[in-house]
Amino acid sequence: MTLQAVVIGTSAGGVQALSQVLPRLPADFPAPVLVVVHVPPKQSNSIVDLFAAKCRLPVKEAEDKEPLAPGTIYFAPPDYHLLVEACGTIALSSDEPVNHSRPAIDVLFESAADAFGPGLAGIVMTGANSDGAQGLRAVYAADGQAIVQIPATAEVATMPEAALTACPDARTMALERIVPALEAMIAR
Amino acid sequence: MSESIEDIEIQLLLDAVYRHYHYDFRHYARASIKRRLLQARSQWGYDSISDIQSAVLHDESILPKLLNFLTVQVSEMFRDPSYFRALREKVVPHLRTYPSLKVWVAGCSQGEELYSLAVLFAEEGLFERTIFYATDINPAALRAAQAGIYPLDRIQLFTENHRLSGGHSSLSDHYTADYDRAVFSKSLRERTVFSDHSLVTDAAFGEMHLISCRNVLIYFDRELQDRVVGLFGESLVRGGFLGIGSKESLRFSEHADMFAEFVREERIYRRSSQ
Repeated sequence: MTLQAVVIGTSAGGVQALSQVLPRLPADFPAPVLVVVHVPPKQSNSIVDLFAAKCRLPVKEAEDKEPLAPGTIYFAPPDYHLLVEACGTIALSSDEPVNHSRPAIDVLFESAADAFGPGLAGIVMTGANSDGAQGLRAVYAADGQAIVQIPATAEVATMPEAALTACPDARTMALERIVPALEAMIAR
Repeated sequence: MSESIEDIEIQLLLDAVYRHYHYDFRHYARASIKRRLLQARSQWGYDSISDIQSAVLHDESILPKLLNFLTVQVSEMFRDPSYFRALREKVVPHLRTYPSLKVWVAGCSQGEELYSLAVLFAEEGLFERTIFYATDINPAALRAAQAGIYPLDRIQLFTENHRLSGGHSSLSDHYTADYDRAVFSKSLRERTVFSDHSLVTDAAFGEMHLISCRNVLIYFDRELQDRVVGLFGESLVRGGFLGIGSKESLRFSEHADMFAEFVREERIYRRSSQ
């Protein structure tokens, strides 16, 4: 099965880490990329602008009920959970925080695993809490590709370590290997 | 992917709840409903969603608990202070021109938005001429809204939000602290009618000047959103105002032409005159 969607979750050190990954995505990358990064609400508008300037793919804040478009990078808006509906549209929710976080990585990953199953790649990177661990396990359980940044290379290893504890069979790789790994999942 | 067994079970449960109890969640956004039902299943120790269905059909005391899982929202007073600031600075001057006012807080949950508006209307001198309607489908949430009691540890956030919204009284004038709770003043709700109303199945409310309904529409699918936006259009006076959540939009609604953007960035709309 070819790659249908990518979900990425990260927290402390995440902006740096995403800067090593998202700008490497080629202009013809065929799958939508959904990102949850824990940042204080005031900074999150600038994140979309920051990556829009660096990336070859269009970058935007995810909007409720928006159909996912190929080759587009979506960031979760501040203070809302980001989910994917089975029909491939975006859903936002203001349900209570999960793992003290809203948006929460687990919420995105679990809904995306449900929607895309084996067509999904889930990536957990640097961070100082364990959000994303259960979500990555859900991605793996749905036969998706589970990827974790090598903890030793992460600015903060807690999040990738927690993901590996929950999902020991996830592939680990350095940040610069992630985009080539995603490209290898695309059936050309 | 083909429909999973869990998805089939969820559809059957929602059908059962509708057919037996007339609560209609069939057009709620499915991904969030699924999350909440899976939470309920694990908290209640059931093996499957079908077990919830069996329990709720045979034991009506389960229904209120299920409603709490499916509907209750913990919000904040003055959530998104800039929304309330826009109401205060841009909408209130228009509301002042009416001798009497009706305000509808649709999907009021535990009342945070209602008390925010009551405080704001009191500060702006509009309170005495206003009747507030606070509606929800969940009787337990309505009782909580009617009680107006919030954990004291949330008050710091509410106070900061209130200040950022341009509040010019002290929020502490409006509640009394009682151990670990803040009890909001009875006078704030003396002009409120609390009522059980479903946006899914019930009819329009007449002649409102302001409807505030924040972070409710995101839980509905497109079809249900359309119905509700039409309902709001029918419930507003010409020139009346509708405020929705900061990530909600009327853009895709088939009833969008009933409304004009009034404060675009705060998602405040005005009922057009045609």
